[in-house]
Amino acid sequence: MNETSIQPLKIEMMPDITSQFKPKTNGYIPRGLTLTAVLIVIAILLVILVNIFHGGVRIISWDFLSSPPENGMESGGIFPAIFGTVALVILMTIAVVPVGVMTAIYLHEYTSPTSKLTRLIRIGINNLAGIPSIVFGLFGLGFFIGFIGSGMDSILYSGSRPVWGQPAIIWASLTMALLTLPVVIISTEEALRNIPQELKDASLALGASRLQTIRKIIIPQAIPGILTGSILAVNRGAGEVAPIMFTGAAYYLPYLPEKLNDQFMELGYHIYVMATQSPDVEATKPILYGTVLVLLILTFMLNLTAIYIRSRVRSRRVGM
Amino acid sequence: MKKLEFKPKSKLGEYIVEKFITLNAFAALIIICLIFIFIFKEAIPIFTDEIVKEEASVEKMIVKQAFAEGREPKFSWQPNSDNPRYSLLPLFIGTLKAAIIAMIFAVPLGVGGAIYSSQFASRKFKEIIKPAIEMLSGIPSVVLGFFALMVLATFFQNMFGYTFRLNAFNAGFALGLAVIPIVFTISEDALSSVPQSLKDASMALGANPWQVSFTTVLPAAFPGIAASLILGFGRAIGETMIVLMASGNAAIISLAATDSVRTFSATIASELAEVVFGSAHYNVLFFIGTLLFAFTFLINLGGDLVLVRLKEKIQGGQS
Repeated sequence: MNETSIQPLKIEMMPDITSQFKPKTNGYIPRGLTLTAVLIVIAILLVILVNIFHGGVRIISWDFLSSPPENGMESGGIFPAIFGTVALVILMTIAVVPVGVMTAIYLHEYTSPTSKLTRLIRIGINNLAGIPSIVFGLFGLGFFIGFIGSGMDSILYSGSRPVWGQPAIIWASLTMALLTLPVVIISTEEALRNIPQELKDASLALGASRLQTIRKIIIPQAIPGILTGSILAVNRGAGEVAPIMFTGAAYYLPYLPEKLNDQFMELGYHIYVMATQSPDVEATKPILYGTVLVLLILTFMLNLTAIYIRSRVRSRRVGM
Repeated sequence: MKKLEFKPKSKLGEYIVEKFITLNAFAALIIICLIFIFIFKEAIPIFTDEIVKEEASVEKMIVKQAFAEGREPKFSWQPNSDNPRYSLLPLFIGTLKAAIIAMIFAVPLGVGGAIYSSQFASRKFKEIIKPAIEMLSGIPSVVLGFFALMVLATFFQNMFGYTFRLNAFNAGFALGLAVIPIVFTISEDALSSVPQSLKDASMALGANPWQVSFTTVLPAAFPGIAASLILGFGRAIGETMIVLMASGNAAIISLAATDSVRTFSATIASELAEVVFGSAHYNVLFFIGTLLFAFTFLINLGGDLVLVRLKEKIQGGQS
C-alpha cells in the first residue's frame, strides 16, 4: 500500500566548498572586518554618551529640575517640560494599555495563530509600527483636532472660539497612544505565550468560563509582560517629538497644563526648540545639554527597568 | 467548605465583554485605515478643487515651473513666495540622498555587526554587543538630531572643510545611527535562526568556521538580511527629527553630499505649523504625508512578507 507513496529520494549535488574557497587563511579577514564594525558602533555610542554626559552633568541641580525657564530659555530650569512629559506619558498609558492588552488577548486566546484574520491583524500591527512618526502627527492634527475636537466644539459649544478643536495635551497623548500601540501588543503577547497551558486547562476544567479564565488566571500571570510593554511604550512616547509638534506641544508656557485641553511643554520638543530656534545658541548650550542628559537618563532608566523585569520573568520560568 | 470563587456571570455580560475584546483587536487595522482616510482627505483638494489646482496641481508638482512670465522654468519648492511653486523633485532628491547616505553607513556596520555577533562572538562579548545596540536604539531621535547639529556638524566640517555645516552627509550619518539598530537586530535574528543541522553538515564537509558562515549561514539568512535593509530604508525615509535638525533644510537640486537637503518629512515638520488651514500649501503638505504613508506602508509590507516566508522556510526545514 504505502510503497506507492514513497517518493524517490532526490539527491542534489553538494557544491564542493573546499575547492571553491581554499583555506588560505583561517578567516582572520572576515572576522576582523566584522569585529571592526561592532567596535565602530560601540565607539560611536560611547562618544555620544560621554559627550552628552560631559556637557550636561554640571548644570543638573535640584534648581534646574524644579524651576521654569527664564530669560528666553537662557537661564532657569526645565520643570514645565518634565511635568508636561510625565503628564503626556501618563495619559498615553491610560489610553494605550487596555487596548493593547485586549488585542494581545484576542490574538492569543480567541483565534488560532494561523487563521487568515489573525495574520491580517498581525500584518496591521507590524505596519502600524513602521509608519513614520510625522505621519502620526499629521493624523493627530487632521483627525483628533480637525475632526473630533472641532466636532465636539460645534456640538457642545457652537461658539466661535475653539475649546477642543485646538492643539491640546489630550490630543497629543492619544496620537502618541496610537504610535505606541504595537509595542504594548507585542510585549503582552510574549507574556501570554509564556503562560503554561496546564494553568488554563485547570481553570477551564474547574468550570470557569473563558472570560473568567482570562480575568483570574491569564491577566495576573501576564502582569510583568504588560508592565514591560507599558514601560517600553512610555520610553518610546517620552522620546518622540514629531507626533506632538502640531497636536499639543508649545514653545514656552508660563503655566503648567491643568485641563485636558491645555497645551504643554515637553522635553524632546524643548530640546528641538532650544537647538534650532534659539537666537543665541551659545548662551542656551549648557541648558540644552542638561535637558538632553535628563531626557537620556529618563529613557535609559525606563529601558533598564523593562529589561530587568523581562529577565526576572524569564529566569522565573526557567526555574519552574 | 469554601464557596465557589467564580460566580457564574450572566451570559449576556460575557458576550458583550468578549465582543468588546474582539472589537479592540481590530484597533490596529482600523487605525491604519483611519490614518489613510484622514491624511488623504486633506490632500484631495489638489485633485478636485479648482482654486487649489490653480496653485498646486499634481502636474505642477512634477513639471518645471517658472517664477514669472519669461523666466526660465525650474524645479523649485518655494511655497511661501508670491508665486508659490510646489515642485516635489528637490524634496524627493533630498529624501533619497539622505536615506542612501544613511544606508551607506548603516549597512556595513549593521550587517557586519550582526555577522560578528551571531557567528564569531563569544557569549560574554555578545552580552556587551546586544545591550549596546539596544542602548543605541533607545536614544530618542531628537537627541541624535541634537548631537548631529551641535557636535557632528562641526567635527565633519573641520575634518573635510566643506562650505555648509549642515548638509546631506551630516544628516545621513546621524540617520545611519538610527538605522543601525534595525538592520542589526533583524539581520542578527535571521542569522541566528539558521538551523544547526545546516552548519553541522557544512562543517562535516570540511569547511572551516568562517567558510561555514559565509557559504552556508549567510546564503540561508539572506532573505532576512534583505528584509532588514528594506525596513531600515523605510525608517530612513520616514525619520523626521534627525533630518529636520541636521540637514540644513535647503530645498535644492544637487547630487553632492556636501549640499544641504530638505526631506519630505522635514518639510512637513517645519512648514505645517505656519501654514494657513485649508490653503493649497496645507493640502500639499498632507499630500506629501500621503506619499510618505503609502511608501513606508509598501516597504513594511514587503519586508514583513519576506520575514514571514523566511520563518516558515526555516521552521519547515527543521521539522
